[in-house]
Amino acid sequence: MITFEGVTKRYPDGTVAVDDLSLQAPTGAITVFVGPSGCGKTTSLRMINRMIDATSGRILLDDQDVRAIDPPTLRRGIGYVIQQAGLFPHRKIVDNVATVPYLLGWDKKKARARAMELLELVGLDSRLAGRYPFQLSGGQQQRVGVARALAADPPVLLMDEPFSAVDPIVRASLQEELLHLQSELHKTIVFVTHDIDEAIKLGDTVAVLRVGGHLAQMAGPATLLSEPADDFVREFLGKDRGIRRLSFVPAKGVRLGSTPADLVVDEDTRPLGWRSNGGLLPYGTFDPERDSLRAALDAALLSPNGTAIAVDGDGRVIGVATRDALDEVLAQHATGPDEQAREPDGEAPVTDPKRAES
Amino acid sequence: MNDEPLVRWDWIARNWDNGGPSAIKTLLESHVVMALLPVVFGLLIALPLGVACARWRWLYQPTAGLMNVVYSLPSLVLFSIFLSVTGLTQSTVIIPLTFFTLAVLIPAVVDGLGSVPEHVRQSAVAMGFRPLRRLLQVELPVAVPVVLGGLRVATVSSISLVSVGALIGQGGLGNLFIDGWQRQFYTPIVVGIVLIVLLAVLSDGLLVLAQRLLTPWSRARRRTA
Amino acid sequence: MNWLIDFFGDAANWSGPDGIPARILEHLEFSAAAFLIAAVIAVPLGLLIGHTGRGAFVVVVSANAARALPTLGLLVLVVLLIGVGTVLPVLIPLVVLAVPPILVNTYEGVRGVDADLRDAAYGMGLRGRQVLFQVLTPSALPLILLGLRLSAIQVVSTATVAAFVGLGGLGRFIIDGLATKTYSDVIGGAVLIALLALAVQLGFTLLNRVVVSPGVRQVR
Repeated sequence: MITFEGVTKRYPDGTVAVDDLSLQAPTGAITVFVGPSGCGKTTSLRMINRMIDATSGRILLDDQDVRAIDPPTLRRGIGYVIQQAGLFPHRKIVDNVATVPYLLGWDKKKARARAMELLELVGLDSRLAGRYPFQLSGGQQQRVGVARALAADPPVLLMDEPFSAVDPIVRASLQEELLHLQSELHKTIVFVTHDIDEAIKLGDTVAVLRVGGHLAQMAGPATLLSEPADDFVREFLGKDRGIRRLSFVPAKGVRLGSTPADLVVDEDTRPLGWRSNGGLLPYGTFDPERDSLRAALDAALLSPNGTAIAVDGDGRVIGVATRDALDEVLAQHATGPDEQAREPDGEAPVTDPKRAES
Repeated sequence: MNDEPLVRWDWIARNWDNGGPSAIKTLLESHVVMALLPVVFGLLIALPLGVACARWRWLYQPTAGLMNVVYSLPSLVLFSIFLSVTGLTQSTVIIPLTFFTLAVLIPAVVDGLGSVPEHVRQSAVAMGFRPLRRLLQVELPVAVPVVLGGLRVATVSSISLVSVGALIGQGGLGNLFIDGWQRQFYTPIVVGIVLIVLLAVLSDGLLVLAQRLLTPWSRARRRTA
Repeated sequence: MNWLIDFFGDAANWSGPDGIPARILEHLEFSAAAFLIAAVIAVPLGLLIGHTGRGAFVVVVSANAARALPTLGLLVLVVLLIGVGTVLPVLIPLVVLAVPPILVNTYEGVRGVDADLRDAAYGMGLRGRQVLFQVLTPSALPLILLGLRLSAIQVVSTATVAAFVGLGGLGRFIIDGLATKTYSDVIGGAVLIALLALAVQLGFTLLNRVVVSPGVRQVR
């Protein structure tokens, strides 16, 4: 757990980058700091590993004040990933990944073996190990950056806009990869981004900061979408909040009807299409066990008759969700005055205690 | 090693303009000519050559290699070799110094043109600039700070290097060093060094001023940065 | 061409204390001494100033001074002031003129290292000294070597001029040849020095291949 207690960063010229920030980043979860430029998100991140020292207040790493630890020692126990990867140009990929193990005095063979293991973990071909950073693409370099941060198996990972410099397709796959890694590794991750969509996709908790280093709201992504604390957060979240929130509602609760006769299936009961005058019309499917209500709605919109086909993990039809059935669930999740307190996916909202005052 | 003072002012007063070929004023004038002509010639040659090298990149490697070789030759070596061609004339100093200037300026022009951001070049193309006009109105102006940086180095080096020419009889103020050495007399040496450094500082200052006037935008950008 | 044949073809030029081999050795000796002293002073100083950012004005002043100060004037003045006859007074200006290229380029090399790279190095937990020696120095190596090369060339050149104030070496052929109007000696000496300068140039190009990481060489 990383705890900020009244942390302020004031520069000698009087600029306040972070103003009395108090929050907690829970162990084993991804906490995202998001906000426009100048909101102090990067400064806040860099105060955790003391790349910047706070002017006042405390930052605790599992109850220990980071100021009590000598910075290099502290940093060797915290993974750090930055936007341009910051790979050492004069070292081969494998040695880049092994940087911290070397610093910790591991023997060279063990450090390299560990580095190879990590390259595989982040999905890089082991043939890249002997190359130099300039020979890799931006996305590959960023994977190496992540591998390097994980090399000494630190419990905490700090990521400063790590995916901002790559194109959207690569970014999406890096995000998926990170979520996948996290499901195995359960690191305590603090992630900084200016991209609210990335924050919502990755964060277990999202802290929205406003210019001047104030915490505007801290909550799970679903709560953030359904209950933005103020106009600033609402505007920052952008359009389609309602639809996007459905991504966090499991489709499990949708009432399924029996398979209608005009749905054509193959011998394994996988859908082929809707029968129509001798032809087949397109269809959409969702998996109630895994997908969100948003996916179910999307599946319904892809079928000409507005009926979404529910399938199991193997793609076999287990029923259909009609528009009526979807409507019932949607009605439950419409944001009404009584709904404010409820968190659809059951996660505990974490909010700034000061929010009520502002 | 002797009691001779570093500077005898009366000697300077007597020799500033004594009408002879060794008058300080005369030496200063020939020094300026021999130092600045190579820079002017160098710039006139380096601009088209640099533009050509920037345009046809295959030209640059051999040119840069050749310039590197020229630059590594001691000035006295080049003066000595040209002595057999041009004899005891100012050309024996001016021609080698022009080569040195080229060795500094061609890379400066190429780097300067290389410093033009690709998006600036592209947008000029997209607006319909033809190559020559793009070069004159967009690329060269943007390259000015880098080219002038090279010009400053070349000018100051040239002013100081002319004095070596004194060893082959054409050294402008450098002749004062020979004179002082032969007579074990400090004053001409000090006068020579001071005048050469002053000349260098003055020229450098003028070039800085020129850069400010020519590229007001680069100053504005630095202030905001 | 005839001068060259006269010079290199004369058997007398190949032996004795003023023969070609002896002069080459002399030239190398003085140059190497001055160069090594300059490197020992300038590389650590450049690394330190570049790393700490303190004392940058020293670099700027030395760069400008080195360019503006006339070599011949400096040599003549220092030797007259300290005394003719020994090597030390000649060595001083040689070193003084050899320091700035190394200092400036080492400083620029360290300063010019990408800020993200520094940031990542500190963020990994490297200590100041480790950042300097494990990250900044290898990245700055191409420029440090450039500085060393320019300095070595400067030394060879200054040592040539220093023949005028009594230093041995290849410059003697030029200076003495000019004094006695023996142009074959002047040209022959000039060619030998040119070859020496080119050998230095080539030596550094090869050194660059050997000591600079391919990862850094490609970036530049």
